[in-house]
Amino acid sequence: MLSKRVIPCLDVRGGRVVKGVNFIDFRDAGDPVELAAFYDSEGADEIVFLDITASHEGREIIADLAARCAEQVFIPFTIGGGLRREEDVRAILAAGADKVTMNTAAVEDPELVRRCADRFGSQCIVVAIDAKRVTEAMPGVGLRWEVYLHGGRTPTGIDAEAWAVQAAELGAGEFMLTSMDRDGTCDGYDLELTRTVARAVDVPVIASGGVGTLEHLAEGLTAGEADAVLAASIFHYGTFSIAQAKEFLAARGIPVRR
Amino acid sequence: MSGGSSTAGARRPVGAPPSVAVVDYGMGNLASVAKALERVGAGVRVVDAAAGLKGADALVLPGVGAFRDAAARLEATGLGPAVVERIAAGVPFLGVCLGLQLLFDSSGEGGRWTGLGVLGGTVERLETGLKVPHMGWNEVTWAAAGAGMACGLPAPAAFYFVHSYAARPADDDVIAATAEYGGSVVAAVARDNVWAVQFHPEKSSATGLALLSNFVGLAQEKWR
Repeated sequence: MLSKRVIPCLDVRGGRVVKGVNFIDFRDAGDPVELAAFYDSEGADEIVFLDITASHEGREIIADLAARCAEQVFIPFTIGGGLRREEDVRAILAAGADKVTMNTAAVEDPELVRRCADRFGSQCIVVAIDAKRVTEAMPGVGLRWEVYLHGGRTPTGIDAEAWAVQAAELGAGEFMLTSMDRDGTCDGYDLELTRTVARAVDVPVIASGGVGTLEHLAEGLTAGEADAVLAASIFHYGTFSIAQAKEFLAARGIPVRR
Repeated sequence: MSGGSSTAGARRPVGAPPSVAVVDYGMGNLASVAKALERVGAGVRVVDAAAGLKGADALVLPGVGAFRDAAARLEATGLGPAVVERIAAGVPFLGVCLGLQLLFDSSGEGGRWTGLGVLGGTVERLETGLKVPHMGWNEVTWAAAGAGMACGLPAPAAFYFVHSYAARPADDDVIAATAEYGGSVVAAVARDNVWAVQFHPEKSSATGLALLSNFVGLAQEKWR
């Protein structure tokens, strides 16, 4: 039976990790590849790099990151952030990334998802959705979430669940679903959001945004019905190790790789 | 690098790492598998012409993509017949993912396409009732044929899979490992000097590297 996945996420700018890791001695705590290799050795199931460099030159730096990572990290890794063209996706995959995430570009040009899925295979196209609760739901209408772009700054008026269904039809192989309400808090995932999208699509959903405790990871996989859980700060700050997370999940009867 | 012996391994200098030829027939990125083999002590050459296979102590056939395209490229480049010839000569061989599927007689992926025919049987779409592709980490159960691969690996051993088609060997005895995914799925096959895995050892962390190390060890034994 397939394991549920635990995925540390690294924010990268200009080829460097944005928030350094300081709980362990690294030769270079800002090198994303060294960090990824560390997480591999700790038992991480995948790594996600989110590039927050907003420039054309950034593309080459991130392709170089993919190439170095493919040499030193022996688990699947995903790169996302600012990929706007089919050619960007091709370059990152050719450099050695296993998957890419698309966010703003996919919303602005949904056909990009289809073209990339047809050309490279659905399994390497992850659509990232940043979603925020619509507070004043209409009577009789359940909870809704709105898609935000540009790192959560730009509302779109698009319903997150409907967008996920559309993107899956276009060929998205997986979703990385981040709650804008919870991201940066330590209050746990938005479980209703995660569950709603997980039930609406038949491809894997990665829960993201808000993890503060190991219980939150477990909730994401059980009540949230996610296939994988993504977290950043609890791992980067050494609050918990990947091994501790796996142990905790296994004790809850959740199938994990150990 | 092994100092360029002219026949398979026979004149490899004592103490040199086994030379492993990774077959490049234009199907996907080979960097990960090449680097993983280097990590476990192989001297790796990426080879894109039949002549380049001659001196290698062992062959690795990776690959992702469509079976039809892969089979056509193997035929057009002459790499396919050369691989079959080397296998018949007893050279240790490891197929990975599509490299496993290509060993069989044929595949039903988008039509019916002829494979290398090294092993009897076909490749068919996964019919599990679960999500396809079968993607992620799954534990395998070893069979007798998998003893060499499994040697020294943690139990249970989990590997990273990404595939929509799976082998159906004519002879169950070649099945080296299976995974549970809405039924039993062939995860690895082996017969004599031929090993092949449906999962990606180069993406399966320390466990995958340990399996690759076993393969490099097989090459070392063979030409000792």
